[in-house]
Amino acid sequence: MTSDNDRRRGLLARLRGERSAARSRGRRRLGAAVRLIAALTLAGGAYTVFAPGVQAQENPPLTGAAAEGKALFDVSCVTCHGRNAQGVDGRGPSLIGVGSASVEFQVSSGRMPMARQEAQAMRKPPVFTDEQVRQLGQFVQELGGGPQVPEGDLREGANLATGGELFRINCSQCHAFGGGGGALSSGKYAPSLRPASDRQIYAAMLSGPQNMPVFGDNQITPEQKADIIAYIQDTLKHDQDQGGFNLGRYGPSTEGLAIFLIGIVALVFASLWIAGKS
Amino acid sequence: MKRRKLDMASVPGKAAVGVDDRFGVSTPLRKLLNKVFPDHWSFLLGEIALFSFVVLLLTGVFLTFFYEPAMTEVVYNGSYAPLRGTPMSAAYASSLDISFDVRGGLIMRQMHHWSALLFMAAIVVHMLRVFFTGAFRKPRETNWIIGSLLFWVGFLAGFTGYSLPDDGLSGTGLRIASGIMLSIPVIGSWVTSSIFGGEFPGEIIISRFFIAHVLLIPGLLVALISAHLGLVFKQKHTQWPGPGRTNDNVVGERMFPRYALKQGGFFMVVFGVIALMGGLFQINPIWYFGPYEAWVVSAASQPDWYVMFLDGSTRLMPAWEINIPIGDGYVIPPLFWPTVVLPGVLVGLSTLYPFVEARRLKDYRSHNLLQRPRDVPERTAIGAMAVAFYIVLTLSGGNDVIADKFHISLNAMTWAGRIGLLVIPPLAYYVTYRICLGLQQHDREVLAHGVETGIIRRLPDGRFEEVHQPLAAGGHDGHAELEYAGWVVPKKMNRLGALGPAIRGFFYPIEKPAEAPVSPGHPPVEPLPERKEISSGESRR
Repeated sequence: MTSDNDRRRGLLARLRGERSAARSRGRRRLGAAVRLIAALTLAGGAYTVFAPGVQAQENPPLTGAAAEGKALFDVSCVTCHGRNAQGVDGRGPSLIGVGSASVEFQVSSGRMPMARQEAQAMRKPPVFTDEQVRQLGQFVQELGGGPQVPEGDLREGANLATGGELFRINCSQCHAFGGGGGALSSGKYAPSLRPASDRQIYAAMLSGPQNMPVFGDNQITPEQKADIIAYIQDTLKHDQDQGGFNLGRYGPSTEGLAIFLIGIVALVFASLWIAGKS
Repeated sequence: MKRRKLDMASVPGKAAVGVDDRFGVSTPLRKLLNKVFPDHWSFLLGEIALFSFVVLLLTGVFLTFFYEPAMTEVVYNGSYAPLRGTPMSAAYASSLDISFDVRGGLIMRQMHHWSALLFMAAIVVHMLRVFFTGAFRKPRETNWIIGSLLFWVGFLAGFTGYSLPDDGLSGTGLRIASGIMLSIPVIGSWVTSSIFGGEFPGEIIISRFFIAHVLLIPGLLVALISAHLGLVFKQKHTQWPGPGRTNDNVVGERMFPRYALKQGGFFMVVFGVIALMGGLFQINPIWYFGPYEAWVVSAASQPDWYVMFLDGSTRLMPAWEINIPIGDGYVIPPLFWPTVVLPGVLVGLSTLYPFVEARRLKDYRSHNLLQRPRDVPERTAIGAMAVAFYIVLTLSGGNDVIADKFHISLNAMTWAGRIGLLVIPPLAYYVTYRICLGLQQHDREVLAHGVETGIIRRLPDGRFEEVHQPLAAGGHDGHAELEYAGWVVPKKMNRLGALGPAIRGFFYPIEKPAEAPVSPGHPPVEPLPERKEISSGESRR
């Protein structure tokens, strides 16, 4: 049985038992030094084994596509995003770690390159071809990783009803019930979804461009993303608009305008006509 | 045996005699059918509201056959694929069924909604006509008040109807309504919980709103409309001043046959316009909004246009919270002012206006003749001010849509609304006042000097002047002494004479213009003598 005295002397002493009781001061010091050296060696060794090896090389070789992308980057993007895509204060953010999804969304929708600094970049005719977008994306991807849009059909096996529900919960606050977009504060806005492609919607959800929040795969799974994309593309865009011309799907505002511009105007003319018949 | 020959021509007469023998209606009916209505296009604006109310009743009855006013949860399994399998209330599911599965249901729903918008729009336009022409003056103040009440009851009818489909938009509106009720000091929480049967949304609100929407409010509307029309019959319709029209007579058409036929035709036109709009323009696509869930609020969630001014006033209101340190502290939220106090003030101002004006002008006589807006610049300017106020609020109610579609900052829109609400109405007052004075002056000028003929004369001393056609034989220095009669002063040569426009046709002439009659005050213009071409004397050929 261990006594109270044993407990106070520590683990090693207890293992060694009675004979450690009489040790010289010099031996204790030597032991401490040896243990320290051993611990340092172990920690250093473990660090060398587990630490990321990125820092080991100064310039990782770029793959072919990324090298092409860097050439494009050096011509079109470097002014605002900096020589090494590290960002320029007051002009453009760092692109390290944003991933190819972000590049694909911003460049393929023509938002980048930006014409000027304003509340938010707007969709324009794209400057780069799909191939060039891929190269730029590859370059940024190889700078520091980040989210990527998967290849293949992005609507495979989608469920429209789930997509609709997810759209109404997550998207309609800003993009409106019909996907036509809506206003945000200080000149910012949620753009219309009508011109957006499957890959652009997916990339936007992954990267959270402009004022949009990021909907990562742990919030909305890839299957749910497919549902949302299918709802936008198959229901909102390719609906036959039951009930006639949709007045731009801006909600009751345009309906109010229509009743005055069409209903009241037509009936005032009718009353002019009827009252004139006397 | 010889059969008696049936004389078809005598059947109506005999039938009428039979009816009169039994019910004795010919004397009162003759009075009714001979009742005279003055004829002017602006008197038909109220009829638009009346006829769209009829359409509302007809389409509304159709909708009740299929609508289920219950908030029990069901799983949708109808024709609209993107919602299949979604849990929702029975009310929303039946609204979807009306839209997609009931034959003719969607056009009925759309016609019902369009005619509701038209009903309110026509009420407002009719009210503006009554206001700007002074038709609300004694003895018609009661009818003015009934008319104003009709707007507010129609407002309630519209809001309860907007809530019935129980889609995302309805629920958002209801949530706002419950917030408005909660903001009323002291009684707010009691009012809300008694209407919703507890905390929002509860399980009873749809059935309560349903019975209000299909029974209570329409009943009230029918009663008010009957009183409104009855008073028009009793007090007789106002008329514009004109030849033979005085404050004590009515010049116009008899109720039967012409007026009744015209009204019947006009009903068909209103019905047709509503049906066309219901068939051609989508209104409130409830299937995009989905079932109401508290966490689903779409961008561009607006009320219908007649409620939008309250949305606008809420958006413009600064966040001024009043804390009253009584007991644990009492808070009057800023929502209270734009949504409870403002409509209260508006109801008071609009119903009291006839009395305020009579008191201010010390005018307590009966008026059956209308006034042209220009002749009462103060009232017209006040009306313009009210319209400007309402328009600024309504536009602010849709300011997010305007900001987005016209690429304006939403913050800028809000501030433009706040400043505009204070600046634009007084500006509208001033501008309208000046325009009225200018128009008055031009009328007096034409009465004194005559109509511009477009003929420019050069005087011997080199001056140019336009020849005016005097409207009456001139006194000294050629100025006529004509009194302004309160009616249109002719300002073009082809408007002279008592016959009105000489060329028939509404949008385009359906006959060739006759030769212009020679006006009595001016000798016909001689054709110019052939002028010889000034030339060098050689032929130019």
